[in-house]
Amino acid sequence: MRERWPVLVFAALMAAIPFVPDVPPFWIVLLDNIGLSALVAMGLVLLTGVGGLTSFGQAAFVGFGAYTTAVLTTAYGVSPWLALPASLAVSGIAAILLGLVTVRLSGHYLPLGTIAWGLGLFYLFSKLEFLGRNDGISAIPPLSIGALKMLDPGTIYYAIWIAVFVSALLTLNLLDSRTGRAIRALRRGHIAAEAFGVQTPRAKLLVFIHAAVLAGLSGWLYAHFQRAVNPTPFGAQAGIEYLFIAVVGGAGYVWGGVLGAAIVVVLKEVLQSYLPLLLHGEGQLEIIVFGILLVALLQLAPTGVWALVMSWLPVKAARKRPDVSLKLSPRERAPHEGGVLLQLEKARKQFGGVVAVNDVSFAVRPREIVALIGPNGAGKSTTFNLITGVLTATSGSISVLGKRLRNPPPQEVVKLGVARTFQHVKLVPDMSVLENVAIGAHLRGHAGPLASMFRLDRTDEAKLFAEAARQIERVGLAEQIDQPAGSLSLGQQRIVEIARALCADPLLLLLDEPAAGLRHMEKQRLAALLRQLRDGGMSVLLVEHDMGFVMDLADRVVVLDFGTKIAEGTPDAIKTNPEVIRAYLGAAA
Amino acid sequence: MLFLVQDGITNGAIYALLGLALVLVFAVTRVILIPQGEFVTYGALTYASLSAGQMPGTAKLALVMGIAAFAFDLFAARRLLRWQKLARAFAVNVVLPGAVLALTSWLAGRHSPVLVNVGASLVIVALIGVFLYRLAFQPLAHTSVLVLLIASVGCHLAMQGLGLLFFGAEGQRGPALADAAATLGPLRFTGQSIAVYGLTVAFIVALWLFFGLTVYGKALRATAVNRLGARLVGIRTSLSGQIAFLLASVIGALSGILIVPITTLYYDTGFLIGLKGFIAAIIGGLVSYPLTAMAALLVGVVEAFSSFYASNFKEVIVFTLLIPVLLLRSLAAPAVEEEGD
Amino acid sequence: MSALLTIADAHVAYGKVEAVRSVSLEVAANEIVTIIGANGAGKTTLLNAIMGVLPLKGRIGFLGADLTQLEIEDRVGLGLSLVPEHRELFWSMSVEDNLLLGAFRGTSAGSASAFERVYTLFPRLKERRKQLAGTLSGGEQQMLAMGRALMGAPKLLMLDEPSLGLAPIIVADIFRTVSELRSAGVSVLLVEQNAQAALKIADRAYVMELGEFVLQGSAAEIERHEGVAASYLGFQHAGESGI
Repeated sequence: MRERWPVLVFAALMAAIPFVPDVPPFWIVLLDNIGLSALVAMGLVLLTGVGGLTSFGQAAFVGFGAYTTAVLTTAYGVSPWLALPASLAVSGIAAILLGLVTVRLSGHYLPLGTIAWGLGLFYLFSKLEFLGRNDGISAIPPLSIGALKMLDPGTIYYAIWIAVFVSALLTLNLLDSRTGRAIRALRRGHIAAEAFGVQTPRAKLLVFIHAAVLAGLSGWLYAHFQRAVNPTPFGAQAGIEYLFIAVVGGAGYVWGGVLGAAIVVVLKEVLQSYLPLLLHGEGQLEIIVFGILLVALLQLAPTGVWALVMSWLPVKAARKRPDVSLKLSPRERAPHEGGVLLQLEKARKQFGGVVAVNDVSFAVRPREIVALIGPNGAGKSTTFNLITGVLTATSGSISVLGKRLRNPPPQEVVKLGVARTFQHVKLVPDMSVLENVAIGAHLRGHAGPLASMFRLDRTDEAKLFAEAARQIERVGLAEQIDQPAGSLSLGQQRIVEIARALCADPLLLLLDEPAAGLRHMEKQRLAALLRQLRDGGMSVLLVEHDMGFVMDLADRVVVLDFGTKIAEGTPDAIKTNPEVIRAYLGAAA
Repeated sequence: MLFLVQDGITNGAIYALLGLALVLVFAVTRVILIPQGEFVTYGALTYASLSAGQMPGTAKLALVMGIAAFAFDLFAARRLLRWQKLARAFAVNVVLPGAVLALTSWLAGRHSPVLVNVGASLVIVALIGVFLYRLAFQPLAHTSVLVLLIASVGCHLAMQGLGLLFFGAEGQRGPALADAAATLGPLRFTGQSIAVYGLTVAFIVALWLFFGLTVYGKALRATAVNRLGARLVGIRTSLSGQIAFLLASVIGALSGILIVPITTLYYDTGFLIGLKGFIAAIIGGLVSYPLTAMAALLVGVVEAFSSFYASNFKEVIVFTLLIPVLLLRSLAAPAVEEEGD
Repeated sequence: MSALLTIADAHVAYGKVEAVRSVSLEVAANEIVTIIGANGAGKTTLLNAIMGVLPLKGRIGFLGADLTQLEIEDRVGLGLSLVPEHRELFWSMSVEDNLLLGAFRGTSAGSASAFERVYTLFPRLKERRKQLAGTLSGGEQQMLAMGRALMGAPKLLMLDEPSLGLAPIIVADIFRTVSELRSAGVSVLLVEQNAQAALKIADRAYVMELGEFVLQGSAAEIERHEGVAASYLGFQHAGESGI
């Protein structure tokens, strides 16, 4: 979907550089270094900028890649090309092991954890006998193709930059896929993604591995470029520097990683070679200036230089309309007419000593709209979270289609046909409405990350987008389909959430304050849509404060107060129920 | 055995102070203060230089940073110049460090009493801390934790480089704060180690009183609890940030002054010391003060033991200590989190 | 009638989306003014922009001073105060400390009389003064948020959805307190979804739709207006307070 020609122009330009007469060889070395750093930074962009997982430990993965090939090619005489898969595999496996431990870390613990193992691995590299301790390993053979030995910076240049371009394209492809959307949703918290079946720990581990393999690739190239390795370039300092590169370039953009690498590498080089001349080599002047410039750069472009550059260029991504004729296979609907779709039996949730939901029982039958009302803090959203598996009930039981849920994760609940929206909208604001809604159909697609990278997922993708586009049209937001979700009004964002939930092809739709922020006309349209869904066989359980909307729409109303169900019945019965008037509706005005 | 514990507790007390400062700064400004280590080095080496009768470069740095900070203030106020405000900014940013510089150059070359040197060192580093916030972090106050962190690393690099410029690559030691020594059973307490314990405890009590009883202390806590709420009652985020950095730099400098009579400090030693305080802060989850202090003692003791039994792997052991702790803390974290940027 | 707050042709945008368009508004001394409208109409956005939480394009003056270049903290110093929708209390601090900090910028900083005034308005807070703000009930939290704002002795108090999620009995209490404020010399700018309750205590009202004021007038006029009755008050006449 992205325009490819600027990439081709850039690639052609890079390919031509070594042929420019009288290019100083030193420039080529610089470009080699930029390429090596860019590979690592690209992984960090995916990991940190897109996935929201900050890692200081990437240098260690470069080390794994470099040391693997160094040991294999020197001690065992393996060809560098055969060592390549080994380097990538070792980095990848290291990422799996470290990732299994660290991606479970939440919030700030994750970056701190990566510092910890980054430092630990660095000390390990420098202490282990077979890695040559602090001296490292030297006399690593160069890369060669036939008789061509890539000894000088000008030949390995091509190996490095081909790796950069291929990795960038694969990474971009990955981001623009079912898996990519799941990754992009990570940064905004895992609850929404999990509600649509995304296995967030697995998605986190995946980006972790992807970033580590790219770092390993960089390490492999580095080992055969320098032809010697020692622990220094894989330490904490380097790990932090890779993060600089990603942040300075623009942590959200793959090409920002490349730009950041160029800026940081060139800046360091310029400072190191010219500053001492200017100021007669006093101390570590270049470090001082580098540090100050870094802070200044961040103050000028806090979201990265790439974002700044892009905002100057009049680039507009061309978007293709999805072909809405493609169909996803619908959920198999068990013949369950007359039965109970959702049953809560004495469901209870306690937070410490506070009882948020107090032995609440009610049912939702097929083709029924049930409203859950009560003052804020009455336990309505907690009830939703119990049903969808975000919280586990302290006691009591919840069953869907007669099947009792035993603390299932949210991903399992959505498989049963329960899809939801959130009181506080949980969309990815910088993703388009279409992409956000397509997350709802996550479980209905099948393409894996590898298929996405190599673009083998296109028919699968087309179907997902077709479904998403259909649902967007259904809720009346076809005009906004390509806009970033964050640019819509809050009321419209709630409707986007409904479309996203519909994409999961649910039997039961849980809506948390869907009408908030809508105007009268829009509310009526929403009510019409919900009635239409009900008549089509879906059930709706909704929390809503707008009594006009609720009393008009709902078949039955359940009233909660302080976590306890105080009434249940038809809207008319509820309106006149003295208990409800006392606790919630208030003495009539 | 016992002397290892004692050693560990002495170091741990220092880590505790640093850890507390890190927690404080993070809670108020969301900055993970990597340059904390430089505050340690600057404090220690400024004190050592002054004691040796030399003029420390840090005093000049304070003035240069102050002038830059004043320029920032001028730029920020360009549309709405209010003379009274600018005069105050000039007094704090230029006149004060200028006076300190004059005082320091007058002190250098004389053998002033230990306490005068300590005082001067603390003031110099405190000024640097406050100006550092103004110059590097205040303009970034609205950005993400990640950007603040990278800026923090940038500051660390620049300040470490400046440390080399000011103090050279040679290590230095400073005179002890107290010469007395006492023996208690198998343990020998030097005056210095007693000073370490005493000052650490005093400082923790002082911080506790500051946060519990004074309006400014409460304002700082309020900023940490709810930034918008604090702004709505008129507490300036920038003011809170400056106070946090002031406290952190004073704590850092004091830690340095406490260590420099015991161990030789180099321009880059502070970083590792700060890192240990950092580990304690992480174990404390960057929020809890008592947990951080306990964790700091633990880190000190583990370090003392591992440097005795497996000195080669000392750092590895201390850093791997983190992973199980982080895991435990993560698992204990609540399942439902309202996440946002 | 002397104008306290004057806003002319104000625009507020989130990124590219304009949430408030060309709004002009005035609040005089000793006046309760309410802005009613659907959730998402831009009411909260407007209040936040007046306070300086969001950038506002246009003219905004308070007691003759131009607010455009002033930070939130300076606006507080001038006597403007906002009780935000989410209350933004200092959850882990005591009720007393919350109130004390409310007077951080005020001239009467934490004086006994300021405390006395707040405790008279909200006796519940006095009972709970040692309790942590986070442990209060919803209604008490709203009282604390208002009390904290009043500690700074503001000239104009802006309330964002004070009735949100509260039981009707407490809502009545809050509204009664708001109307008492006027006699104590504090003007109020009230944003409320519960239009009926708001119109009852207000002197004047503005009706906001999709970021613009579509109607303004005395509270009584607005209450009688047919369109308003249909879209905002309609079902409430049927006997419910529409929290």
